[in-house]
Amino acid sequence: MSRLLIKNARVVDPSQKLDEGLDILVVDGKIAKLAERISDAQAEVIDATGLVAAPGFVDVHVHLREPGFEYKETIASGTAAAVAGGFTAVCCMPNTCPVNDNPAVTEFILARAREAGHCRVYPIGAISKGQAGEELAEMGEMVRAGAVAFSDDGKPVVSSYLMRRAMEYSLLFGVPIVDHCEEPSLVGRGVMHEGAVATRLGLAGIPAAAEEIAVLRDIVLAELTGARVHIAHLSTKRALEAVRQAKGKGLAVSCEVTPHHLALTDEAVASSNYDTNTKMNPPLRSAEHVQAVLGGVLDGTVDCLATDHAPHHADEKAVEFDKAPFGIVGLETAVPVTFDLLVAKHRMPLSRFVALWSTNPARIFRLPGGTLRVGAPADITIFDPELRQKVDPGKFRSASRNTPFAGWRLRGWPVVTVVGGKVVFRRG
Amino acid sequence: MSVKPAASLRSRHLLGIDPLSPEEIQLILDTAEHMREIAKRPIKKVPALRGKTVVNLFLEPSTRTRFSFEVAEKRLSADTLNFSASGSSVEKGETLLDTARNLEAMEPDFIVIRHPNPGAPHMLAKVLKSSVINAGDGTHEHPTQALLDALTIRLRRGTLEGQVVAIVGDLQHSRVVRSNVLLLSRMGAKVRVAGPPSLIPVGMEKLGCEVYHRMEDAIAGADVVMMLRIQLERQERMNFPTVREYFDLFALTPERLKLAKKDCLVMHPGPMNRGVEIDSRVADGPQSVILEQVTNGVAVRMAVLYLLAGGSGEPIAD
Repeated sequence: MSRLLIKNARVVDPSQKLDEGLDILVVDGKIAKLAERISDAQAEVIDATGLVAAPGFVDVHVHLREPGFEYKETIASGTAAAVAGGFTAVCCMPNTCPVNDNPAVTEFILARAREAGHCRVYPIGAISKGQAGEELAEMGEMVRAGAVAFSDDGKPVVSSYLMRRAMEYSLLFGVPIVDHCEEPSLVGRGVMHEGAVATRLGLAGIPAAAEEIAVLRDIVLAELTGARVHIAHLSTKRALEAVRQAKGKGLAVSCEVTPHHLALTDEAVASSNYDTNTKMNPPLRSAEHVQAVLGGVLDGTVDCLATDHAPHHADEKAVEFDKAPFGIVGLETAVPVTFDLLVAKHRMPLSRFVALWSTNPARIFRLPGGTLRVGAPADITIFDPELRQKVDPGKFRSASRNTPFAGWRLRGWPVVTVVGGKVVFRRG
Repeated sequence: MSVKPAASLRSRHLLGIDPLSPEEIQLILDTAEHMREIAKRPIKKVPALRGKTVVNLFLEPSTRTRFSFEVAEKRLSADTLNFSASGSSVEKGETLLDTARNLEAMEPDFIVIRHPNPGAPHMLAKVLKSSVINAGDGTHEHPTQALLDALTIRLRRGTLEGQVVAIVGDLQHSRVVRSNVLLLSRMGAKVRVAGPPSLIPVGMEKLGCEVYHRMEDAIAGADVVMMLRIQLERQERMNFPTVREYFDLFALTPERLKLAKKDCLVMHPGPMNRGVEIDSRVADGPQSVILEQVTNGVAVRMAVLYLLAGGSGEPIAD
């Protein structure tokens, strides 16, 4: 019998509308008791005085790169980064090599994750075979193997016909369809947000409309099919308005926003003198879009936060801006970047912050976490709302270092991560 | 002159017009005026950069700019090395950073770079000890072109202030227009730009210009008309119907030139597409200063090299 006792924590659990000073007793990997002043002679004790204990944070948008791109990240290094960033579960995208479009790859990912033993991994299967956008992949087989959602992330589903059929078919399993919304004919050779900054820098632009057209299409199809549709990395004003309207109509549409789309604007490309760690897709947007999306996070239109953790090897990023791959790592900076911005700066209540990172993503993807109810798996994120620290990519557990936040002094770092009752991370 | 020249340049690189102050621009133009005189001497050479090594790293086709830099370097007595993409390590897949680091290991003082991607000179400036000079980076900037254009206007008109300069053509793909708008607006000129709306980048006006669609509106009453080459090689997809229709709507013809001031200067950064954006009667006509631009290019590049090497704005003693 393993026992863990977390003492004197401020327990914030929106699933039980809880925000008070409590102790948490964990027995055999499950939450056994939540009460004031629990004593237990056999338990390993964590003194959480001054710290916040929350249901484990879930990142529903991560690229673990394995199989196929182990030089960027492995399931072991990516999940080590996840727990160091305060995450107890991640959903991994299918754009590996081979693509996760069949149960063999799904099972491989799950086996690797178990071997690594850091956090829970929930694979997202591909919508189409080989992510080629032509034929549906065998969703049923993958659901049976453990896939929790479907997406062709990294690529948009260009064919509206295929997207309609995928949404309809997903109704069999009740899983969400996650879409990377992008109309490729408007993107062309674009490498950053289209606007005055791109014009000044001479870089080809990606218009906000490329995302918005795809979001609007998906919402129309969500209404047609009744499917659950989750918009990945939403980043523009009109896309947000569209999601707000869809929710108003009662459609099963949800969306996520990344920390970098809230904390940075397209000016970062200019101020960093073309740093390729400011290049990702969707691109960093102009202040107008960032303000609107931040407003959506603060008013509850945005359901959850997610990193779009996209590791790339340093060599791949040490090239001309046009030639660098899109994407940045996010797992080890996401919590302090968003705590600093949302809670410290914009005074978001802690319960809302925890809901965005835990309760809501767990609900949308129907995952077992997101709560500290007695009997639930003991996945717990403990963070220090007062800890101020600089981002040091040299200390990342991720195999890659491609972050635009290097050197940022941030507040609100995760300090202890517990998965299934086991302490899997403790800060330094 | 309303703008007093700076005593020296703040940066050891010339990455674009954007980082330059009006005082620095004034200093470069004043120095370039002195440099022009060297070309008129029987021995066209001064020792200012003797013992300095300049690498001309041209990774995109260029004739005018490459020769112009080379002439400027030689007139200042620098040793020059010319690097072009074909037949080099770049063709074998070496990265730009590795190429530059290898060249730098030979301890040059300057790297003049022409590159198809915006920001390539900035990337080098972050890691190299040499002074980096941007000789054109993709669709971003071409600072020495804007400086030579400004010198040409200033020599003809005496000042840049208040001059109405119309720039017409493919604005989307032009580094020349970006550098020129930044420079001319900073020096008090009134800049107008015009081109097919499908070739006008979003937020163009924020660089410091008025944006027109019809060419006639832009050139009406102008002191200078600067024509841009239609960059057929940079059109990822056709952004306008045909070259024929482009000539019809946007070429500088003798008839259209009559809309500008009587003594309006006609400029073109070259290479010209005769019969596409400019009618030969205008290109070769009395108002054309296109070849003066080329002459002034050498003087401007001499001034830039001299100032970045630590020279002052005073004339060079020989």
